Amino acid sequence: MATLRLDALAVPGLAPASLELGAGDCAGISGPSGSGKSRLLRAIADLDPHGGEVWLDDVACASVPAPRWRRDVTLLPAESAWWHDTAGEHFRLPGALPLERLGLQASQLEQPVSELSTGQRQRLALLRALENRPRALLLDEPTAALDAENIERVEAFVRDYRESAGAVVLWVGHDARQLDRVANRRVAVRDGALVSAA
Amino acid sequence: MNVIALDHWDLAGAAALVLALGLSSLWLQLGLARQLLVAGVRTVVQLLLVGVVLKTVFAAEHPLWTALIGTVMLLVAAREVTSRQGRDLARGKLFASALPSLLLSCAAVLVLTLVVFIDTDPWYEPRYAIPIFGMLLGNAMTGVALGLNTLMKNVATQRQAVEQRLMLGATRVEALADIRREAMRGAMIPTVNAMATAGIVSLPGMMTGQILAGTPPVEAVKYQILVMFIITASTGFAIQMALAATARMLFDERHRLRLDRVRKRANQT
Repeated sequence: MATLRLDALAVPGLAPASLELGAGDCAGISGPSGSGKSRLLRAIADLDPHGGEVWLDDVACASVPAPRWRRDVTLLPAESAWWHDTAGEHFRLPGALPLERLGLQASQLEQPVSELSTGQRQRLALLRALENRPRALLLDEPTAALDAENIERVEAFVRDYRESAGAVVLWVGHDARQLDRVANRRVAVRDGALVSAA
Repeated sequence: MNVIALDHWDLAGAAALVLALGLSSLWLQLGLARQLLVAGVRTVVQLLLVGVVLKTVFAAEHPLWTALIGTVMLLVAAREVTSRQGRDLARGKLFASALPSLLLSCAAVLVLTLVVFIDTDPWYEPRYAIPIFGMLLGNAMTGVALGLNTLMKNVATQRQAVEQRLMLGATRVEALADIRREAMRGAMIPTVNAMATAGIVSLPGMMTGQILAGTPPVEAVKYQILVMFIITASTGFAIQMALAATARMLFDERHRLRLDRVRKRANQT
């Protein structure tokens, strides 16, 4: 169980943002391209210098080593990066992955990453991001490259993880109907500020 | 000791070869001509000057003179390491990581060589200290320049992969491990090649010089083996230190990749 609290978190181009999310909450974040949504997620994962503070339960980001913070507060970027030849090498326990739940096959772990489709890589990246069992998951357009069937799979998979682990999810997306489906809180970046949305 | 003296025409002929290379580079638009010309002129002027300086220093045999020459060599080597890099760190930090790396590794290996291996008397005997320091620095300089160039280039082009590893909880050392390893390996290739092919593909420069000057080949070989090993050691340690110091500056204390500290620059001589 976890609560995530942004306390006047300041990134370039965005007014200091405050937000509090309880265990199992999912906040859907919308806003025009280039408005600072991704920068906000990067700051929460402490990947860029920023003002303000982020709290996970009662622990401030600045008070724990950054690598440990990022294992608890994990960002899944819009574009995944891979450095080994095959996808399987990027996992600690490639044999224990719930591949079929995301419409993937074990053989795809042995294929060169470059031969996988963007959508396959995106779903594998989600599994990789969950390997640390993060207590807060920051998703940056996690279904951008997927067809309808796989979008449904990813939405259900994230929901199950959120409920079973009591994790907080921040979901950045452009599809308002999807955000309504997956999130119980809606926020938007409007005119350079993070505001509550209906 | 019967060295055949070279006259000016012999040197002019050799210079003509470099000139021809420069002209062909102009023709092929490789953008190398200016660099070749400047470097060629520097070779002539610097070597003529150093001939005069060494004559004086050898005659004086004073530790301060030797130290002064060594310091100048070191500063120039560190500057050369940074001067042909495609990318630099803000506020001269690349220089600041190259200088101590070259100093620590080359000076330590030099003192060890003079005191323990060759056992010169006095130990700072300039006739040994200066040429050996020069060979160590020259090779370490090339290695460090190659290593830093690869490191800086790959960290910029593989930024996404480095940051992805950070996102998954890697430390700055883990996130950069592959790139650092590749930079180290690439930078050591010239040195390892030189060791592996010594005596077969080429007779190394120092041995060639000694043989030309009339030293018995077996004596020249012993010196060459010594020199190759100390060059390899000092080059390898210098690269390791420079990569470690530079890698550290690419991240901040929160293990964030700080490419805002890196600036690209136009190629220059």
